[in-house]
Amino acid sequence: MSTNYRVIGTRPIRHDGADKVTGRALYGADINLAGMLHGYVLRSPHAHAIIKRIDTAKARALDGVKAVVTAADFPVTPDRIVDLGEGETPLSCIRGNVLASGKVLYRGHAVAAVAAINTHIAEEAVKLIEVEYEVLPAVLTAPEAMAEGASILHDTLKTKELGEQTGRVSNVAEHFRHTMGDVAKGFADATVIVERTFDTATVHQGYIEPHNATALWNNDGRVHVWCSTQGSFVVRDTIACVLDLPVSQVKVTPMEIGGGFGGKIPVYLEPVAALLSKMSGRPVKIVMSRKDVFEGSGPTPGSHTRVKMGVNAEGKITAAEATLAFEAGAYPGAMVGPAAMTVFAAYDVANVTIDGYDVVVNKPSTAAYRAPGAPNAAFATEQVVDEIAEKLGMDPIDLRLKNAAKEGTRRADGPKFRKIGCVEVLQAMKASEHYRSELGGPNRGRGVAVGFWFNVGLPSSVTISVNADGTVNLVEGSTDIGGTRTSIAMQAAEVLGITAEQVRPTVVDTDSVGFTGVTGGSRTTFATGMAAYEAAQDVVRQMKERAAKIWETTADAVALDAGVFSHEGKQFTFAELAEKLGSTGGPVVGRGAVNPRGAGGSFAGVVVDVEVDPETGKTTILRFTSVQDAGKAIHPSYVEGQMQGGSVQGIGWALNEEYYMNTEGTMTNSSLLDYRMPTALDLPMIETIIVEVPNPSHPFGVRGVGEANIVPPTPAIANALYRALGGGVRLTRLPMNPPAVMRAVWSKAN
Amino acid sequence: MPGKIHVNTTINGEATEFLCEPRQTLLECLRDTLNLTGTKEGCGDGNCGSCTVVMDGRIVTSCLVLGVEAAGARIDTIEGMARGNQLHPLQQSFLEHAALQCGICTPGFLLAARELLENEPDPSEERIRWFLANNLCRCTGYDKIVRAVQDAAKQMREAKA
Ligand code: FES
Ligand code: FES
Repeated sequence: MSTNYRVIGTRPIRHDGADKVTGRALYGADINLAGMLHGYVLRSPHAHAIIKRIDTAKARALDGVKAVVTAADFPVTPDRIVDLGEGETPLSCIRGNVLASGKVLYRGHAVAAVAAINTHIAEEAVKLIEVEYEVLPAVLTAPEAMAEGASILHDTLKTKELGEQTGRVSNVAEHFRHTMGDVAKGFADATVIVERTFDTATVHQGYIEPHNATALWNNDGRVHVWCSTQGSFVVRDTIACVLDLPVSQVKVTPMEIGGGFGGKIPVYLEPVAALLSKMSGRPVKIVMSRKDVFEGSGPTPGSHTRVKMGVNAEGKITAAEATLAFEAGAYPGAMVGPAAMTVFAAYDVANVTIDGYDVVVNKPSTAAYRAPGAPNAAFATEQVVDEIAEKLGMDPIDLRLKNAAKEGTRRADGPKFRKIGCVEVLQAMKASEHYRSELGGPNRGRGVAVGFWFNVGLPSSVTISVNADGTVNLVEGSTDIGGTRTSIAMQAAEVLGITAEQVRPTVVDTDSVGFTGVTGGSRTTFATGMAAYEAAQDVVRQMKERAAKIWETTADAVALDAGVFSHEGKQFTFAELAEKLGSTGGPVVGRGAVNPRGAGGSFAGVVVDVEVDPETGKTTILRFTSVQDAGKAIHPSYVEGQMQGGSVQGIGWALNEEYYMNTEGTMTNSSLLDYRMPTALDLPMIETIIVEVPNPSHPFGVRGVGEANIVPPTPAIANALYRALGGGVRLTRLPMNPPAVMRAVWSKAN
Repeated sequence: MPGKIHVNTTINGEATEFLCEPRQTLLECLRDTLNLTGTKEGCGDGNCGSCTVVMDGRIVTSCLVLGVEAAGARIDTIEGMARGNQLHPLQQSFLEHAALQCGICTPGFLLAARELLENEPDPSEERIRWFLANNLCRCTGYDKIVRAVQDAAKQMREAKA
């Protein structure tokens, strides 16, 4: 394939655009079925308690109530380990998080649910459910939970220590270690060593659409679920596991989704709605309130990180060491593994030790959030690197360039990098007009940082059928959160030699397309795009056979160039040949089913200028540039959009966002007024520089772009704040909100 | 249980009547009773702007308005923004500038932006950001939204001239 693309790299209007600007697009909460009931979930008022008794009699007796469900209504099956695409998890943990059984483990933990003829009655009924709790002490941070004598969340959770089961019951689910080389020797060779600890608070993905699920348990025993999810097949498989059904009995229709960022991979409401439907014989819809979203869905872990790095006089990093303790929330599975994979990924270091701790605490069970774990880790590493650059008197980008990971660099967790764009991203940052511009004025500072996300492959399926008018219908299973219908359709259009508009992409339910993994891990344009590429190649092969039949030659002798099939001077456009399918053997349907390796990690960098108000501690972002390696940008506008969106989530994480927990474990800011995400007024334009270092594992060179962009903003802003405050004091805890900045100002004054 | 109240109102220029309980919000009535689901619910307490509608010429968050308050009022929702087959310049501009990713915030932004441009045809970037600060978008970082509004404003001015 030549690199003179006709479709790739252009900016067509997205296929679902008209639906989405007219209000016609149907999101999960927009569904309204005949006879539909409305559900409401009772949530725990305590962060940690034993459930002694649940009495639902009064709720059941309320007029308009049709069904009440608790964990006792789940089928009884032995516990087992399941892998639903997000790693191995005990089924008991998935079920336990859907509806608490025996114990509640966080404030907001679902305990029971009601279906009634409207939401108001369901809500009233929930208040009539009597639950007797025996309140237990709550542990809210990793250090508390790891302390001797800490209150234990799970008396069956035994610590896995460096790969071995210890049999010791604690809140530490796992302690793992990656090592490479000899760190002691590496530090002995260093002339400058910097070691610091960093903390980050629990934050939420903040998607604007709350979780929702509608279920119909039909009379033939099949369960049909409509919901907003990043992965319809994961929802199908999870419901099947939780309710002990064969997957063939469950059909999931993914509705339009109002943001996810990783938070709409887990399943919360779907099995509950299904059980309520089974009991009532009617469809049941449940929608979370915003408070439920904060308290009852999965935020990202709070984290506690120690990073130590040493460099020699030439500025070569000789050793790096990290200890990462992450708060998983109520069930094991904090994203500490990815944090360990990414913490030093930008650097070529021979001697490395990384220790990770996955710690359960009495907070909501955490979920993925855009490059999960990586921003927490980068907040530490990238500040330490900045401090080293200062001590050496080196430009912070030059120090990074000197140590940047390249093709062949080995990471401490094992893999060797294939072709990557770390150097190219750093060079683009250095060459940017922004970095070379003057930043005058008092209380101002500039910071830089880089970050890495490895991206994933996972299975995807696509079919393409050819219409007689020369257009094609493309059927896929990846929910479209940010324009992926179009980035996938464009890849098919490129192969077929037709326009993006001539491909009509549709996202369908789990009965109607082959298995497709989640829209996550920055994989959709990469992997589903690859499935579309394969399906389009299949169409081309069949179309060539048809042309060959008409021209009485072999398919090999037919050429396709820019949408024209030809052989010895004879020609058909794609549309002309499409018209003849009926008379040459019938419809043409191409299929692509892939499970690709080599997702090709993406590096991102930030240059940011801030100004601090020393009276109030308020930080203003003056200028922000996001740089990212996209491999090949299929639709540059949506690549820029990912970079801008990730950047602004990073800005919110850096400056404002935090779960304020009181000592009882109640989040005291569980509204969008008090959990303050950036508004249009808080921000400048977000400048973008797309770097393209093609991914050799993708036919067009695509690397996923959804995630790496959120990794560098927090440390880049921290580094900028350090300079804006005149040096001497570093902000080592997120968020760096006005009180934190004022504390830094005062600590300097003293 | 109190009985339902009969409400006579005008929605997108059409006389409309519906029944509602006193406790139901306008947002609930639009979405659940009238099936106008283009108006979205992000928070239910006035802090995200995704339920924005225009009521008697002013933008309101319909989750903070009661259904009964619609009586005698003129309500405009996203469903009435396009003129027949013709998208409003703001709708077209949002598409051309890729100013939506998931799109859940889009109806609210479009109505708020239309309100701004009807009153101020040539707003500064700062003014656009100020006016749209009631509407949260978590996907775009607002950059492309602001640009789409700027471009639509320009086109609307040129169309008038
Ligand atoms: S739903 Fe009305 S402002 Fe959020
Ligand atoms: S486009 Fe998703 S919230 Fe704005």
